[in-house]
Amino acid sequence: MANARKKKVSRFSTRKVDPAFYWMTVPAAILVCIFLYWPFLQGAFYSLTNSQGYGSWDFIGLKNYIAMFSDSRVGHAYLFTIVMAVIITIAQNFLGLFLAVLLNSRIAFKNGFRAIYFIPYTLGVLVIGYVFKYIFMVPLPALGQALGIDWLSTSMLTNPDLAWFPIVFLSVWQGVAYSTLLYLAGLQTIDTEVYEAAEIDGVNAWQMFWRITFPLIGPFFTINMVLSLKGALGMFDQVVALTGGGPDSKTETVSYLIFSNGLGNGEYAYQMANAVTFFIVLAVLAFVQLKFFSSKEQI
Amino acid sequence: MTSATKSAATRRPRRSGKKEGFRKDHRINWWLTAVVAVFSLTILVPLYFTIVTALKTPAEAGTFSLPTTWEWHNFVDAWNYIDYPKAALNSAIITVVAVCLTLLTNTFVAYAVARNMDKRFFRFLYYFFLAMMFVPFTVIMLPIAHEMGSLHLDNQLGLMLLYTILGLGSNLFIAIGFIRSIPVSLEEAARVDGAGTWRIFWTIIFPLMGPINSTIAIITVLWAWNDFLLPLITLTDQSNQTIPLAQYVFQSQFTSNYPMAFASYLMAMAPVLIVYVFAQKWVISGVMRGAVK
Repeated sequence: MANARKKKVSRFSTRKVDPAFYWMTVPAAILVCIFLYWPFLQGAFYSLTNSQGYGSWDFIGLKNYIAMFSDSRVGHAYLFTIVMAVIITIAQNFLGLFLAVLLNSRIAFKNGFRAIYFIPYTLGVLVIGYVFKYIFMVPLPALGQALGIDWLSTSMLTNPDLAWFPIVFLSVWQGVAYSTLLYLAGLQTIDTEVYEAAEIDGVNAWQMFWRITFPLIGPFFTINMVLSLKGALGMFDQVVALTGGGPDSKTETVSYLIFSNGLGNGEYAYQMANAVTFFIVLAVLAFVQLKFFSSKEQI
Repeated sequence: MTSATKSAATRRPRRSGKKEGFRKDHRINWWLTAVVAVFSLTILVPLYFTIVTALKTPAEAGTFSLPTTWEWHNFVDAWNYIDYPKAALNSAIITVVAVCLTLLTNTFVAYAVARNMDKRFFRFLYYFFLAMMFVPFTVIMLPIAHEMGSLHLDNQLGLMLLYTILGLGSNLFIAIGFIRSIPVSLEEAARVDGAGTWRIFWTIIFPLMGPINSTIAIITVLWAWNDFLLPLITLTDQSNQTIPLAQYVFQSQFTSNYPMAFASYLMAMAPVLIVYVFAQKWVISGVMRGAVK
C-alpha cells in the first residue's frame, strides 16, 4: 500500500525487462489477434454488408440489424436461449450445491461417490446426448403408456410444448458435475473448527448452512453462477444431439441458429449481425451478473 | 490467516487424542449415504442403459432389461461401419498434439506475464489474454470457419492450433496465480549463476509448475477429445473426422440399428472413461485445483 502511494509518477516500474519476456508473449498475442480478435472484427464488419459468405457484397449499413428485430425466428431463439439458460443455471447450482454438501458430509464411500458424480464431466455432450435422445424416444414413452400418463406416452422431443425439457435435462445432467466439484472445492476451504464452535453454541443444521457455510463459499457461488450461465447461453451440442432445433424451430438456440443459417443458408452477413448482437447481450448480462454478485458479497 | 491455520494444525492432534473427538470424526451417516446412493442412480442408470443396449439385437432394444443374447458383434460392426480406428487415431493425434503444444507454450506466456505485472505492457497483455474468455465462440464461429478455409488450415493442424490458442485465456487464468506463488529468489540465484530467462523457465519454473500443468492437461484433453463444434466447422475433409464428428455424420444412418449405434457411442466414451476409472482421484483433484487457484 505504502509503496504504491510513493510512486506518484506512474504505478508501473521503470526497470528494464529481459527481451526474452517479449519473445514469450508477443508471438502469442499476435496469434490470438489472428485467430480470435481479427475474425471477430471481420465478422462485425461483414454484419454491415449483404455478403452471403462468398462472392461480391455491398454495404447496406444497419439493415441487417433492423431486419433482425422484426424477425420472429431470431426473437424466439433469444427468448428460448435466455429462458433455458436461466432454468439451467438455477437447477445446476441448486443441485450442485446440494450434492456438494452431501458429498462433503460424513457419508461412506466418499471417494467412490465423488468419482461417480464426476463421470458426466468426462463425457462428450453430443455422444451422451444421443443416448438420451433414444431414452426420450423409446423407453420413456413406453413407460408413459404403461403407466397411462398422457404427456409421457409420446416422445417429448417431438412435442412442441415439451421439447425444451430434454434439452434442459441433458445440460443439467452433464453440467452439474462441474458445479458440484466447484462447490466441493469451496466447502473444503472451510475450517472444520468453525462447525465445531457452532455446534457448541447449539446452532442447528439449517442455520449452520445459511449462516456459516453459504457465506463462506460466496466466491464459489459467484464463479459457479457466472460459468454455468455462460455455458448455458452458448448451448449448441445439446440441440444438435436432441432436437436439431425442432419441432418447428421451437428449440433453436442463438448459437444453433447462427450455425445452421449462417453457414448453410447463405445468411452469412445477417447471422453475423445476430452474432454481434448476441455478443453485446452476453457482455451486458456478464456485467450485470458480476455487479450484482460483487455487491451481494460485500454485505 | 497463517497464524489461524498454524494454531489449527497444532491443536488438532491434541483434539483427536480425546475419545469424543475421535468418535465424532469417524461417525458415518448411513441415511445420507443412502440418499447419495439413490441420487447416483441418475448417472449410473443411463450408463447401464448404454451398455446393455449396445449388447442387444435391434428387436430387443429399448428396455432397461439385460440382453437375452449377448451380441458382442455389435462392437465389431460399429468398429467397421464408422471406421473407428481412423476416427480414434484422428481424435488421439489432435488431442495429444493440442495438449503438448498447450503445455509447452501457454506456460511460458503465463510465466512472462506473471513476472512482469509491474510493467504497463505486460499488465495490458494480462487483460488482453483474459478478455479472450469473454468472447463467446458463437460470435467468431462464422468468420473463423472462413478464415481457416482461406489459410488452408481446415484440417487437423488447424484444429490443434485453435485448441492451443483459444485455450490460452483460461489457462493463463489458472496458471498465473500459481506462478506468482513461486519465490523469485530461485530465479535470481540462477540468474547470478549466468542462466538466461529461457533456461530459467525450462529448468526451474516449468518443472515446478507440475501440478498446474496436470490441471491444464486434463482440461485440454477433455475439451479436445469431446469437442464437437470446432471440428464441425473446421474440418472440411470427411477423412479427417474426429470421434464426435463421426457420431454426428453417421447418426442418421444408425436409426435402423440402435444397438450398433450404442456400441459406437460406448466406443466413443471408452478411452476417456477407462483413463478416468484408473486416474479419477488425480483427475478430480486436478480439475479442483484449477477451480481454487
